[in-house]
Amino acid sequence: MAGYDTIIIGAGLSGLAAGIRLAHFDKKVCVVEKHIEVGGLNSFYVRKNRTFDVGLHAMTNYTPKGDRRSPLGKLLKQLRFKHEDFQLCPQQMSEIRFPEKSLNFTNDFEFLKQEVAQQFPHQIDGFLKLVQKIETFDELSLAGDTKTSALGVLQEFVSDPLLIDMLCCPIMYYGNARERDMDFYQFVIMFKSIFMEGFAKPLKGMHFLLSLLVERYKSLGGELRMGAEVESIDADKGKVRSVTLKGGECLKAQTVISSMGTVETLRRCRPEQVQQETWPVGQLSFMESIFVLDREPKELGYDKSIVFFSTQQKFEYRVPDRLIDVTSGVLCCPNNFNYPTPLAEGMLRLTNLASARLWNEPSRREYIQAKKDCRAEALEALHTFFPDFRDSVVFLDTFTPKTIHKYTGHLNGAVYGSPRKIKNGTTPVENLFICGTDQGFLGIVGATLSGISMANFHVLQKAVES
Amino acid sequence: MTGKDVREAIISILVDIAPDEDVSSINDQDNLRDQIDLDSMDFLDIVMELRKRFNIEVPEKDYGQLATMASCVTYLEPLLKDRQLAG
Repeated sequence: MAGYDTIIIGAGLSGLAAGIRLAHFDKKVCVVEKHIEVGGLNSFYVRKNRTFDVGLHAMTNYTPKGDRRSPLGKLLKQLRFKHEDFQLCPQQMSEIRFPEKSLNFTNDFEFLKQEVAQQFPHQIDGFLKLVQKIETFDELSLAGDTKTSALGVLQEFVSDPLLIDMLCCPIMYYGNARERDMDFYQFVIMFKSIFMEGFAKPLKGMHFLLSLLVERYKSLGGELRMGAEVESIDADKGKVRSVTLKGGECLKAQTVISSMGTVETLRRCRPEQVQQETWPVGQLSFMESIFVLDREPKELGYDKSIVFFSTQQKFEYRVPDRLIDVTSGVLCCPNNFNYPTPLAEGMLRLTNLASARLWNEPSRREYIQAKKDCRAEALEALHTFFPDFRDSVVFLDTFTPKTIHKYTGHLNGAVYGSPRKIKNGTTPVENLFICGTDQGFLGIVGATLSGISMANFHVLQKAVES
Repeated sequence: MTGKDVREAIISILVDIAPDEDVSSINDQDNLRDQIDLDSMDFLDIVMELRKRFNIEVPEKDYGQLATMASCVTYLEPLLKDRQLAG
């Protein structure tokens, strides 16, 4: 049997992007996905004829057409898409809301600089120096140090802990796999993607973006196998020969790129990889509630695209010792993006930190009750800070770390994967590589670039050099 | 392929890689990277597109030959002389 040049595990953004690159350059490639829907961490689901996006609230890294050096620009040219193919609708204005201060930001970075200058006049010089350091930092390099503490660097430039917490709140919520602190290069990725670039949503949702990638991949001759769960990655003498699916089918491959997560991948290697026992497993997960409203959120006083909030002066990004932490969160209002025509219904999404361990304890009945209780508690805390919208809710749904684990396979429902990233994607197995969350590029654009980079670096570049 | 065809083939690759750039104004004597925004990822793509479309290998030591449009044509013309420009 001839087999594949490359098997890619997972039809999320990173896997599909890697697939497109390889298929474009005539590699024989197969993407295997255990679910019946594509998307992985950034996907969608349908309830009562409504399609809901899950995963990130919006796309970060938004840059307008013509910027080809930005991550989005790179992604588009590498996958041979035009900017308009993605039909991106930029945000209006977002906010970081803490008890005593609030910082607004838009997709124009100058606006945030002015906000910081007004709200923190004594910190603006340090903030601008921090920005300078961030601007000149090559965060997408596949080599280099991953151990510098973001808080350490921030404290060198900014002396007010409140400003540090306010900057960290969106950045950590949107991409930090570590509790309390963050690797500086990851902080830079997120700072650029949120503040210096910006937010947008695809006009027709994640479903549309994913379909675009799937169609392109298939049109290039790529094979996509849905409902195909990997039983084992067969690595003989440190080299993968094949991937065996549940059910017993064995697919031969020269190279395997896995987006399952590092530990999740190593655990499936046969013979077992000892590294899996010592590799840190991600812990950070979220509970999210989606509220469909009977009116535009603006009518209820929700005029921002996304609000990152902390009801306490001290923001703490860590696994709560209760089911959820209601003292901070993210509130996204999909309606407040610049769509050409308004969305059919009003919607709010509320995300809070959650403990995967505690969510795994209750029985089925207790679990359903716990979801209701936690949702009520989260709303109660929110409404000390924001207008009450409970009377306008026509539909709601809540998912927990348990749901995330079920649909993404990430241990602990850890949305951002392991705190230890492998920038160059290599594993102890010679021809097995990691892409996606655990490679370390973050967000929707980041995940896609991760797949592109790993396909380039480990397959295409090698083909050119040999 | 004539020199003119080779130039056209390169333009067609550049249009694919950089759809937002205006390739009609390329000055053949000047460095391509200064005229259209090409990074190392794009450069790898040019080399790979040449391989995909014309089955020719450009070894790394010859990458310098692809610096300007004129040098591209000079370098690639002998390699492509027996090929037809694909539609």
